[in-house]
Amino acid sequence: MAELADRVGEVIEASTTDFVAQCYELYQSPSLGSLVKTRDEPVDLYGIVYHATTGSLGPGRRPIARGKDEASEEAIYRSSPQLLKLLRSEFSALVVGHREGGKLYRYLPPKPARIHGFVYQCGLDEVKEFSQSFAFLNLLVNTHLPVSTEEIVAATLRQMSQAHEDPHAFLVAAGKELAVLLSGQFNQLKAILGRLK
Amino acid sequence: MTDRLGVVVSGSLDRGVEVKLDGAVSVEDMVVGRYVTIEGQKQRFFGMITDISLGVIDQKLTLTPPDVSDPFMAEVLSGTSTYGTLHVLPMLTISSDVASLIEGPQPVKTVPSHFSVVNLASQPDVELVFGGEDEKRFYVGTPLDMETKICLDLPELVKRSNGIFGKSGTGKTFLTRILLIGMLQKSAAVNLIFDMHNEYGWAGTSEGGRSVKALKQLFPSKVAVFTLDEESSRRRKVSTDFVVRIGYDEIEPEDMVLLRQTLNLTEPAVEAIYQLRRRFGKNWLQQASDLPDSEETSELLKELSIHESTFQNLRRGLATVRRLPFIEPHAPDNPVKRILDYLDRGINVVLEFGRFTDITAYILVANLLTRRIHAQYRDRTEKAMGEDVAKPAPLVITIEEAHRFLNPELASQTIFGTIAREMRKYNVTLLVIDQRPSGIDAEVMSQMGTKITCLLDNERDIDSVLAGVSGKSALKSVLARLESRQQALIFGHAVPMPVVIRTREYGSAQSYQEFIPTDRSEIKGQAEKDIEELWE
Repeated sequence: MAELADRVGEVIEASTTDFVAQCYELYQSPSLGSLVKTRDEPVDLYGIVYHATTGSLGPGRRPIARGKDEASEEAIYRSSPQLLKLLRSEFSALVVGHREGGKLYRYLPPKPARIHGFVYQCGLDEVKEFSQSFAFLNLLVNTHLPVSTEEIVAATLRQMSQAHEDPHAFLVAAGKELAVLLSGQFNQLKAILGRLK
Repeated sequence: MTDRLGVVVSGSLDRGVEVKLDGAVSVEDMVVGRYVTIEGQKQRFFGMITDISLGVIDQKLTLTPPDVSDPFMAEVLSGTSTYGTLHVLPMLTISSDVASLIEGPQPVKTVPSHFSVVNLASQPDVELVFGGEDEKRFYVGTPLDMETKICLDLPELVKRSNGIFGKSGTGKTFLTRILLIGMLQKSAAVNLIFDMHNEYGWAGTSEGGRSVKALKQLFPSKVAVFTLDEESSRRRKVSTDFVVRIGYDEIEPEDMVLLRQTLNLTEPAVEAIYQLRRRFGKNWLQQASDLPDSEETSELLKELSIHESTFQNLRRGLATVRRLPFIEPHAPDNPVKRILDYLDRGINVVLEFGRFTDITAYILVANLLTRRIHAQYRDRTEKAMGEDVAKPAPLVITIEEAHRFLNPELASQTIFGTIAREMRKYNVTLLVIDQRPSGIDAEVMSQMGTKITCLLDNERDIDSVLAGVSGKSALKSVLARLESRQQALIFGHAVPMPVVIRTREYGSAQSYQEFIPTDRSEIKGQAEKDIEELWE
């Protein structure tokens, strides 16, 4: 079971293809492209962070500028501690796989995530295990996201490469997989490869 | 090191199969002429790389080439978006079941299925196909980039006429020498070599001007050197066994017919030869050329209905023949008989031409001797058939500049044309050496069992050598890319599939030693001495 320290948030919106989680701490959302998971017994859902936002709690209430008389940015939060409660950070993750009965599947789970399910950041070992196969790239490449696919794919692979002993070899192998997936879209491939270095 | 090259992606039996190279294999490491094995679902295929090409998955790449100075980009793209393809011609199937182990590799009748894995052929594979060296097989060279020995089945080889072709300076003579040594050791055949440039008997020269040993030095007891030019032989310090002299009375009209082109004889002049032979009998040559310019001669010519100008034309030709120094009014000995004596004892005969490298001399002598020897062989073989006794030992006649004998006009008339066509019926076959195979009659070419060809670059020559071979266009690209030295393409009867070889070394003391069988200790000692001398 993942440790408490890896817990980054809680699911507040879910669909078959993705879920949105709110962070427990303001600004503490996992980085773009990182692998997160949430649990819906007996299935673990894996997602890749593709979008993150920070805004006010109430939909009609926009933050106002407060720093005119403050010496530093930190001082703003110090003088108005309620801000940390009035603002929230959220992130969206694209579901790319699941684990059931100890076996890892790199395709969509039968059911979406549960609301209030805890979301954990995956550790290096788990990232490494998940990235043994590049089957998830197909999901990533073929989904329409608010952020450009190139950015997400590149960010994901950069993150994952850190979990491998030879990041370069990992990236080359991933690049080759992409070259096949994007065989007709060379410009897209070039954009991704350009962001992998 | 992995030998996996890629997978079969398309192809046909006729054109060969396309193989997509794996990303890890560099297209630059591939060489045309190399062997591969294809692991089909039911059988293994043995083939040869005949072409190499580049492919891209998306045409946009060719329009806006990526920045390959970036090693990451280059590494990712190679083998995926950009890839190499091989064109492989499957030639044989090797199966591992018992029946095929006995029968050996079989010619292909199908193609491997989609995505069959293609590997570089391993040494055992090559050995399985070409066989190891044994008492019948003679090692002629190695395949490109491999150490395996490619061996020719010599008793099988000499059953048919064979050809060695190649541009001048590509190693035809060396190859021939190696092959002759092979025949001498491993086949039951005896050789008669018409050695126009004195290269096979005692010593020859390498391209670099170095002297190399020839047959007689290596196998003194099995080779006899005959010469037409005693003086030249003596100067070159060659110990000769017999000096060939040809008497006027031995020259027959058929021998002259061949010389029509070289002597510039007209058609009526050739007709006149037959008439003069009928008139004067055996000694026609002397009598005809000695006819005085008199009334009686004119009468005689009129009687034979030979035109005066025709006669003059003929006389000029006959004078050329008579000027040849080895032609004498009466020969002291019968060269045909002597040659046959040696051949019967299993001794190979090399006939040196000395200074008489003139093509007239070569054609005249080669044709004259061969005709008579062939006639003898035919008689003996027929007798052997009738009386159920042993046939004479197979005879291989080596001729150089073969297009002079076997061109389309002459091939039907010369004895060589006959030998090439009737093949082994009378146990006489040819070893034809030539640099212009396009000049040789197509029918003769088609009858050759095994062809060994060094580099050829004339389109017509290549076409004529490869005529009738399956996979011709593929072999064409292999042939045109042979290196100009020490490489040859062998195909035909004696090899299961076309093979490019790097010919075995010839000319160093070490190489001589390898040619000589171990039981010949005295020569071995000599070779060892030679090696020592090298180091002095």
